[in-house]
Amino acid sequence: MALERSDVEKVAHLARLKIEDNDIPEYTRNLSSILELVNQMQSVDIEGTDPLAHPLDATQRLRHDEVTESNQREHFQQNAPATEAGLFLVPKVIE
Amino acid sequence: MEWEAVIGLEIHVQLATQSKIFSGASIAFGSEPNTQACAIDLGLPGILPVLNESAVEMAVKFGLGVEAEIGMKSVFERKNYFYPDLPKGYQTTQNDLPIVGTGIIEVEPEEGKIRQIRIHHAHLEEDAGKSLHETYTDDHGRGMTGIDLNRAGTPLLEIVSEPDIRSAKEAIAYIKAIHSIVTYLGISDGNMAEGSMRCDANVSVRPKGQEEYGTRAEVKNINSFKFIEKAINHEIERQIELIEDGGRVKQETRLYDSEKNETRPMRSKEEANDYRYFPCPDLLPVELDEAYIEHIRSEMPELPKQKKQRFIDELGLSSYDAGVLSATRPMAEYFEQVKDRCNDAKLAANWVMGELAGQLNKEGLDIENSPVSAQQLGDLVARVMDNTINGKAAKQVFAALWAGEGATADDIIDAKGLKQVTDTGAIAAVVDEVLASNPQQVEQYQAAPEDKRGKMVGFFVGQVMKASKGTANPQMVNQLLKEKLG
Amino acid sequence: MHNKTIAELAKGLADGDFSSVELTRHFLGRIDALDSQYNSFITVTPEQALAQAKAADETRASGHAKALTGVPMAHKDIFCTNGVLTTCASKMLANFVAPYDATVVSNFNHAGMVSLGKTNMDEFAMGSSNENSYFGAVKNPWDLKAVPGGSSGGSAAAVAARLAPGATGTDTGGSIRQPAAFCGITGLKPTYGRVSRWGMVAYASSLDQGGPMARTAEDCALMLNEMAGFDPKDSTSLKKSVPDYTEGLDQPLSGLRIGLPKEYFGKELSAEMSDAIMASVKEFEKLGATIQEISLPNTMLAIPSYYIIAPAEASSNLSRFDGVRYGYRCENPENLEDLYKRSRGEGFGKEVQRRILVGTYALSEGYYDAYYRKAQRIRRLIQQDFLNAFNEVDLIMGPTTPTPAFDLGSNSDDPVQMYMEDIYTLAVNLAGLPGISVPAGQINGRPVGLQILAGHFKESQLLNAAHQFQKATNWHQLAPSSGE
Repeated sequence: MALERSDVEKVAHLARLKIEDNDIPEYTRNLSSILELVNQMQSVDIEGTDPLAHPLDATQRLRHDEVTESNQREHFQQNAPATEAGLFLVPKVIE
Repeated sequence: MEWEAVIGLEIHVQLATQSKIFSGASIAFGSEPNTQACAIDLGLPGILPVLNESAVEMAVKFGLGVEAEIGMKSVFERKNYFYPDLPKGYQTTQNDLPIVGTGIIEVEPEEGKIRQIRIHHAHLEEDAGKSLHETYTDDHGRGMTGIDLNRAGTPLLEIVSEPDIRSAKEAIAYIKAIHSIVTYLGISDGNMAEGSMRCDANVSVRPKGQEEYGTRAEVKNINSFKFIEKAINHEIERQIELIEDGGRVKQETRLYDSEKNETRPMRSKEEANDYRYFPCPDLLPVELDEAYIEHIRSEMPELPKQKKQRFIDELGLSSYDAGVLSATRPMAEYFEQVKDRCNDAKLAANWVMGELAGQLNKEGLDIENSPVSAQQLGDLVARVMDNTINGKAAKQVFAALWAGEGATADDIIDAKGLKQVTDTGAIAAVVDEVLASNPQQVEQYQAAPEDKRGKMVGFFVGQVMKASKGTANPQMVNQLLKEKLG
Repeated sequence: MHNKTIAELAKGLADGDFSSVELTRHFLGRIDALDSQYNSFITVTPEQALAQAKAADETRASGHAKALTGVPMAHKDIFCTNGVLTTCASKMLANFVAPYDATVVSNFNHAGMVSLGKTNMDEFAMGSSNENSYFGAVKNPWDLKAVPGGSSGGSAAAVAARLAPGATGTDTGGSIRQPAAFCGITGLKPTYGRVSRWGMVAYASSLDQGGPMARTAEDCALMLNEMAGFDPKDSTSLKKSVPDYTEGLDQPLSGLRIGLPKEYFGKELSAEMSDAIMASVKEFEKLGATIQEISLPNTMLAIPSYYIIAPAEASSNLSRFDGVRYGYRCENPENLEDLYKRSRGEGFGKEVQRRILVGTYALSEGYYDAYYRKAQRIRRLIQQDFLNAFNEVDLIMGPTTPTPAFDLGSNSDDPVQMYMEDIYTLAVNLAGLPGISVPAGQINGRPVGLQILAGHFKESQLLNAAHQFQKATNWHQLAPSSGE
């Protein structure tokens, strides 16, 4: 299954990746060949087979409802690119 | 042409847990920015979620409260999109297999008009953080938005209705019913001002009688009872005008601006989203068993619907009165205390819905903050019941209690000398005095034809009550006047 | 000292032959002297290591030493280490100082082990050659022209070159076993849920599993004893008691039933590789095991299934790297969208972006059923193949890889060719099974790995089989000359 340039552009936008124009043909080729590889699945009859999301048949364990965390803002914000007054800053968001 | 609105509501209820849905950070409101955002809430690399047991329990309680099917196996999925207040780039939510399935809520938007609103499902999810559009600037002087992730990860129950609602009024009744259920159950504080209940409305219009739905717009950011009605009505009018002018409603997300009372398209939602839902691989399916459900069922408090029925069946209240008195848990608790104190449900209901509600309304107070306690009011009503005071005096006592002039009704009755006079001799003396000092009126009365006299007697009653400072028993006054006037 | 195994070093420390500080200095010295030719470490932490060594010596002096107290090791740079750079070999996290410890890291700290530093890897664990690292490719100590395998290539090379006696790795589709095979060491991928994933930067959450990489099965057992166990912070961690893996190491193999999947010996396997594997299988026969052919009919479907599931999960897991709270932020973003797109476009390498794109595509509207759901259904078929096989046999054996280590740069143009390298390892992750790769020969001076698989939670059985094999052979004792 061959992808079009526009498919790659659409997916790149969904994934918020800026891809240089001259890299798009290569990505388009790569992705097409990967999809060709995974398309081997399409011929398999999986009627009646349930999806397996986790390798082990376990169920969710529940956590006791208690506050265990304390304020570590300064510690965590040491890695932040831009902060002010304890807030993470980003370019202005327009709702 | 006559139009009909079709409304479906998505209500986000913040659950009253101690800690977040997937982390041990506090959900307390109003802390310094990012002081309640732990590694998990910040979506640091390598973090993993573990589900809060209270959130599950609260969701199940809600489900049982609206007679819904409980999802014995529910699955958390990831809803993928980029937004700065969404730290992981996905919201952990439920999609295909929610914890609460279809249910039903009965509402009474106006007296005698009962409507059944179906609930499509309710699911658990994590809240996002908050964007603060204040004036921060970068090195180039460009405006910046501040992100506070304290709210990120707060447990939400999203309750999605079917499009069964037909007017803003019904929408309000429905939201109030949800508010009432969640606060009765104690699973949310229901505080709309702090965002504990937020509402998005899907609104469309169609010519009355048409089966097919019109194109709907989603109105976001409605966060008070006051604005819900306005926002929905505004959107209905906008759509009708648009169609009547030959336009078409666009399927879009609109933001309600309460200051301008208008909705406008949300720029951040302009492009069609592709959320790429898939089961969250960091969480396993939540499986519940019958014993667990039964245990929760056994601990359920009486809910508004059952309470209303009991008020009708056991207390003999009208359906409307029973509905009003059971609408909120504080209201019902207040009423029941008054009733228990005075032992007369109807009189208690009249006082709570009449004098008390009027005064609260006038001063914009909630019943929880009433200056007159249920005990005080109950004792006051009891004094009316046992004829210690008459209705008029009771209103004076109530006003005095409201103003904090005394601790109990009895104190005020004593202090103000409001005890009703039921001694025939004493009342007769006052009557005689009044008749003696108003000979002209007596003459007029006696000259009047029979059918005019009833009205005229009121004058004498008023004079007697005035002379007795309102303490005379009105029935006895009437009786004596009729005897003495002949 | 560096030629000793972890077991021998632990004994030497216990016997007072050397101190942890001496040992740590020795390994730090080797890294300093030799690693420029391998590039196996991204970050070396000499000060912290010596402080830990000193503390370990004090613990020992006070009589509170545990089995591995004072033994040095290294962590793959995917495990969060509090106060130490944790980069995932990505420009995106090149300056990220983890503010907390992964459970695996705190487990080893608790055991008193000394961390020498953080090892190189394929960016975000995506790759089979360790060529996808922002910090440069890792070289195979056996042949500097060859790749060490990936994604745990730095850990494998460091252990092979005797720069660390053991290291942690993570395995999503073969990322422990394949580099272990290429570098001639022993690497164990435990059962999914056996080792906590808390603090291990996620690639594909339903496939990722941390595990030990060392020279011998015995050393892997010693390390697994410290790594494994229930972790309340990881919902996918299993509440199952952990045996002492060293205790099961001397069980006889007589009567053991070994299955050889015919699909693992197809035409893609060279005659030389096949010969090396069959010679190893013969050793097991000599030890009393019986050999039979089995079939895993859906083996070939593991590749398509894996290359949908892993990128799909990755595309979502890697969305958090957005330049807002940590990590790389592009210069001077014009607006929010520009911030996202350039931070991610510039911060991620090509293979990572490829997988994010594939995963995003596979989950997008209209394709979810055809790709993701289908892949999950095939995943069940693959697991069923294994469960059926384990009704007939105790262990499954075959080559870890189709070929020995390939040359640097030889596969980098064609991602699909690279993906085929993982054909024998991927299915194990899809099924959640434990697997081990042990050195089993050499072809033209490049090591060959024998892969052994067992049923869920049968790590003891795997380790015992590998240990018996290593008692009978000496492939694991060979050392590359580049490290001398």
